[in-house]
Amino acid sequence: MNVPLVIDVRGLSKSFGGRRVVDDFNLRVPRGAIYGFLGPNGSGKTTTIRMVCGLLKPEAGVGEVLGFDVLRESLKIKERVGYMTQKFSLYEDLSIRENLEFIARIYGLDRRAERVDQALADLGLAERQGQLAGKLSGGWKQRLALAACMIHEPALLLLDEPTAGVDPKARRDFWDQIRRYSAQGVTTLVSTHYMDEAVQCDSIAYIAYGKKLLDAPTAEIPNQIGLFAWRVSGRPLQEAQRLLEAQPGVDLVARFGTAVHVCGKDRAALEAAARAAKAAFPHVEIAPIETGFEEIFIYLMSGSVDNFQ
Amino acid sequence: MSRLALPRFEAPSFDVSWARVFAVFLKELVQMRRDRPTFAIMIMMPVIQLVLFGYAINTDPRHMPAVIELREDGPMTRAFLASLTASTYIDIVSIVTRAEDGDAALRSGQANFLISIPEGFERRLVRGERPQILIAADTSDPVAAGGAIGAIQQIAQSAFAPEFVGPLAFLAPAPAPYEIVVHRRFNPAGVSSFNIVPALLGVILTMTMVMITSIALTRESERGTMENLLATPVRPIEVMIGKTTPYIFVGAIQVVIVMTIAVLLFHIPFTGSLIAFLIGVTLFIFANLMLGYLISTLAKTQMQAMQMTFFVFLPSILLSGFMFPFRAMPAWAQAIGECLPITHFLRIVREVVLKGAGFADVIGDLMPLGAILLVLAGVALARFRRTLD
Repeated sequence: MNVPLVIDVRGLSKSFGGRRVVDDFNLRVPRGAIYGFLGPNGSGKTTTIRMVCGLLKPEAGVGEVLGFDVLRESLKIKERVGYMTQKFSLYEDLSIRENLEFIARIYGLDRRAERVDQALADLGLAERQGQLAGKLSGGWKQRLALAACMIHEPALLLLDEPTAGVDPKARRDFWDQIRRYSAQGVTTLVSTHYMDEAVQCDSIAYIAYGKKLLDAPTAEIPNQIGLFAWRVSGRPLQEAQRLLEAQPGVDLVARFGTAVHVCGKDRAALEAAARAAKAAFPHVEIAPIETGFEEIFIYLMSGSVDNFQ
Repeated sequence: MSRLALPRFEAPSFDVSWARVFAVFLKELVQMRRDRPTFAIMIMMPVIQLVLFGYAINTDPRHMPAVIELREDGPMTRAFLASLTASTYIDIVSIVTRAEDGDAALRSGQANFLISIPEGFERRLVRGERPQILIAADTSDPVAAGGAIGAIQQIAQSAFAPEFVGPLAFLAPAPAPYEIVVHRRFNPAGVSSFNIVPALLGVILTMTMVMITSIALTRESERGTMENLLATPVRPIEVMIGKTTPYIFVGAIQVVIVMTIAVLLFHIPFTGSLIAFLIGVTLFIFANLMLGYLISTLAKTQMQAMQMTFFVFLPSILLSGFMFPFRAMPAWAQAIGECLPITHFLRIVREVVLKGAGFADVIGDLMPLGAILLVLAGVALARFRRTLD
């Protein structure tokens, strides 16, 4: 692989109040990639992203972001990175246009009015430019935040749960936009809790309680985990679920809409469990399915050691 | 369709569930304990007010500094001086022989009183010529001066009385064989507003400058916009200058408003050097902005910033010489007062506006004001760097 690395950090660590929030974290993100960053709440995703963009100083670790030293050249990194915070962090008492102009000034951009006009047009915000940012709905706020962190044409986008609380249509539009940037060579590191977004990433890093547990191209993850799944539906579902949970070889039983997905790493034992359920409840439908990401990540989350206790 | 029936509203009940009240009470206690800064202020506020201000504030001012202009040296004068020294009302800071030295001490605020005993006082006293003792009092603060003037008259009476024995017994009957003449300087009519109004400028500036800046800056961290700002290449010093500059203009407008009202409405005589006044005001506004900035680096919420502002505000009113005579406070309270920007600003304003002081007269307060400003700016900048870490 001779694509240059945009993020190349090794051994990043950070503690707050004596608690290790990020522990010995490594990440290598090639140029133009969309890298998904997954993990349960409080797992250290935000802290990691803040260290990568130079907002927090790592206690240990080395590395480069866009070729600049992550410890010593945070100012140069900040100039070239677009960071979208989890919470809306533009000025609610400024208008859309005023917010963008402020950011453009901070980055010392030339052709400011032109760039702001372009950004407003790209994101379909041109007609609403005079509106106060605080009056916008969640979806529009998110568009504005993205416009603000793209206005200085960064080479790297760091998005911290950008689509939380945004409706499905707006989420799709947002991802279309991210893919367009990716096609132009912009690298993206995005944290998310949505599996439909995770599968759109080229690679996924999974972090739990400060430790990275998985880091692989998205397509390879199911094979790497080696989790098998069966779908159980019909009635009596509740009883069938209870029986399956007690079977050997069943690692995970999770409800998906009107069905239950049963997962296990031992293929033969899982099949035996499924047949036992079918024998006990002849009216339920049981069939093997392809393992989805949601099952994989629920499985990972239930298996990780909670060091917060 | 019964499910869609309108809910029946219950009549307001006066039955109080004490269990629920207790639940709310407990929750409130836990929240209070968790908000440490607020809790600390609630506990500290009454303690500090009682201990500090209870001891420091004295409406019967004592230990007022006085300069003696002495051109006589006889037994009766010495007895008078000894009584003055023993008195707790005034503290003799120096004894001079030239009138100019006494005047300078009075104008610079080094002394509040100048007591002059003229040449030939004793000789004329013995001859029954009723010589004068001159008390020049700095009455820019009429309350502070009043008590001490009365006290000095009492002291004179009791100091001279034992001397009027033997051949001098004829001097003892009233009226006293000498005359005490009081010159009220700088505010001859003893108008309180002359003293209060220029000083109010200091209080108004402290209140608004410190509060507005601390709140405006804390708002950035409270609303999360600080994170976005810190993710850009902007440097702490740039944020500091950019965020405080607008308030310099606010302060300037306040100065113009207050001084216009002071002159037009209260007829305050502005007698001193405008340059000295402007330098003092500028330093003071900057010092207050830095104080507000410093608070904003300590407070996590706008509410906390507000409470901390009051923490600054109370001593600024009580220990600065605004409300009570500065010299009448115990030494430790004066030491705290010396660290407050407003203490020096009040002296500058009163000296320039009421006493006609020039730049040289107030340099002794401009310097510490500048020093306070530098310290505050340094600490505020050092604190800012660590805000997100």
